[in-house]
Amino acid sequence: MGIDSLIGGTIWDEYSQIVTDLMNNPRNLGEITEEKAKEMGATLIVADFGAESCGDAVRLYWAVDPETDIILESKFKSFGCGTAIASSDTMAELCRGKTVDEAVKITNIDVELAMRDTPDVPAVPAQKMHCSVMAYDVIKKAAAQYKGVSMESFEEEVIVCECARISLSTLQEVIRLNDLTTIEQIADYTKAGAFCKSCIRPGGHEEKEIYLVDLLGEYAKEKVSKAVGNNDNQDFDQMTVVQKIKAVERVIDENIRQMLIMDGGDLEILDIKEHELCTDIYIRYLGACVGCESSSTGTLYAIEGTLNQKLGSMIRVVTV
Amino acid sequence: MNVYLDNNATTIVAPQVFIEMEPYFVQKYGNPNSLHAYASDTHPGLKTAMEKIYAGINAPTEDSVVITACATESNNWVLKSIYFQQILNGDKDHIIVSEVEHPSVLSTVKFLENLGCKVTYLPINNEGIIEADNLSDMITDKTAIVSIMWANNETGAIFPIDEISQICKEKNVLFHTDATQAVGKIVVDLQSLNVDYLTFSAHKFHGPKGVGALYIKKGKELIPLLHGGAQMDGYRSGTLNVAAIVGMGKAMEMAAEAVESKKMDEVRRLRDEFEDNLLQIADTFVVTPREIRTPNTILISFRGVEGESMLWDLNRAGIAASTGSACASEDLESNPVMEAIGAEADLAHTAIRFSLSRYTTQEEIDYTLKAVNSAVLRLRGISSSYAYSPPESIDTGKENNGHR
Repeated sequence: MGIDSLIGGTIWDEYSQIVTDLMNNPRNLGEITEEKAKEMGATLIVADFGAESCGDAVRLYWAVDPETDIILESKFKSFGCGTAIASSDTMAELCRGKTVDEAVKITNIDVELAMRDTPDVPAVPAQKMHCSVMAYDVIKKAAAQYKGVSMESFEEEVIVCECARISLSTLQEVIRLNDLTTIEQIADYTKAGAFCKSCIRPGGHEEKEIYLVDLLGEYAKEKVSKAVGNNDNQDFDQMTVVQKIKAVERVIDENIRQMLIMDGGDLEILDIKEHELCTDIYIRYLGACVGCESSSTGTLYAIEGTLNQKLGSMIRVVTV
Repeated sequence: MNVYLDNNATTIVAPQVFIEMEPYFVQKYGNPNSLHAYASDTHPGLKTAMEKIYAGINAPTEDSVVITACATESNNWVLKSIYFQQILNGDKDHIIVSEVEHPSVLSTVKFLENLGCKVTYLPINNEGIIEADNLSDMITDKTAIVSIMWANNETGAIFPIDEISQICKEKNVLFHTDATQAVGKIVVDLQSLNVDYLTFSAHKFHGPKGVGALYIKKGKELIPLLHGGAQMDGYRSGTLNVAAIVGMGKAMEMAAEAVESKKMDEVRRLRDEFEDNLLQIADTFVVTPREIRTPNTILISFRGVEGESMLWDLNRAGIAASTGSACASEDLESNPVMEAIGAEADLAHTAIRFSLSRYTTQEEIDYTLKAVNSAVLRLRGISSSYAYSPPESIDTGKENNGHR
């Protein structure tokens, strides 16, 4: 919100002069041939990362001195936008003269920093940070090929936001310590999710194993179970009505709902009435459960039985 | 040389349009709804403009062409009002749109979906065209409205609106068409079709920005989206944008004249020649057959050349074109139309749209052709994938990194 975000500028306006120049005239563009590598007495590594169908692809060529592990020459080719080409070029530049072990430590953040005109102005707009991640990944790919190991062996921890390189453990800690509840807060505290936004929730540019919404959900659950205490151990009859409804919902979610849904049905909880010796739960069947014969016999007894067992109380289920 | 080939995004205001608008800023600036001479001064110009707008789409005078602020407003209005009139009360529960509608339709129906409305997305075939046969089966007795664009903004594909409108009539379902990319480019005749609502916008045919319209057939009245001082017969409140309406009228008159005369044929000839020459470049693909396209549009893919980098090189040469693909837009996704037609995945990020206008010259096209050729040469030289088949041992890192 605010004056600066109301009329969007073009992303190109936010490219640094360095990015613009590299896009126009990349310095390390090209290939290293087998013959050239031999002449140098070096091992040739050709690593590909990304795919055209994703919108970005890069190939990195290294000529590595087998004695010292030093990268003698480093070239690239790239299918991608201006940021992808400029950051591939910068990455190739940063690799030259380093050992393979040193090169693996170069991240997309180093690449972005190297492309800044002034230290405190980002070289590319936030949503373009993503296009520089590929430059980092291809280094790992090349190093893995050189050393004959898997790429994953260079990842010390699980990275949730690749643009900002924020790890799972950092995120979990920051969320808990600062009691964060929104995506915006996470971005403010860690910068995770502020760039290409793929890591926020499923459906973005990239598929992830874990998303920021999952982390928020995890923490929210943790808080609820702390607040309510563990329902399995708490006396159902001592709960407030709201707690009771939640506890019943939870048991139904965990033990019953899935089976109903598989048969094309479902149920909703309408009300709870407390009596001296028992509690009545009023439910309504939905979908295929409506009019199903066993819904008033077998299924109903199964629901009652499960609730009684899980909540350790006398519960009657009444259908409406 | 500067060349503007992004006329499906917006167009230059025709100089004659600008001249007609000018008096309505510092001389005839009255509010048309007031009671004094300043107001009356605006009435003749507005009346003439409305007549030209009606004539341009051959709308019966008993029907309403309500002036709005943009095509987006018109699309929002018709869909949301149908929701309020027919879906919220439970009479109907269903809307049908094509999967390649403009975001002003797609985002609106997504919003209505969240409110409980059912939405069916009609697919396009591999030529980028809606197959009307599929529509019949999708319409139920709970379908409130079908909304299908007349021509697609990306490919220029013209959809079979005649057939679709017939089906809707037979099935007794309301039919809306977003004709933003059709009006001013091809014949739009509302007396020969069964269209209940039609959207269009002035800045796509050399009128000013900030003014659009929604045609509403008599008897198919909509509740207003904007309530207030009951301007536009109570359909759309808000002080009339007098200069813009006058400009829209003049632009419509000129566009209709161009469609009827040879001017649009000249655009088509230039486009066809340009396209033939572009297709001389190896590994180049065009989606929709040109016979069923608006006369000004080409969506073309150059294998191995990413869309934004192509725009970059063209921009350096002073040429404006567009891409719906990945990196040029905020959301990083590939061109939705390319995905919908089931184009080869490798081509999804390579689509470039050139859209001409009746102001495009032969000289501009010749210059652009040269610039495209040298851009393709340079960018294929940088490309990691063009003219290179990786050995089988090199995998792309795709499988283990979820980089889809």
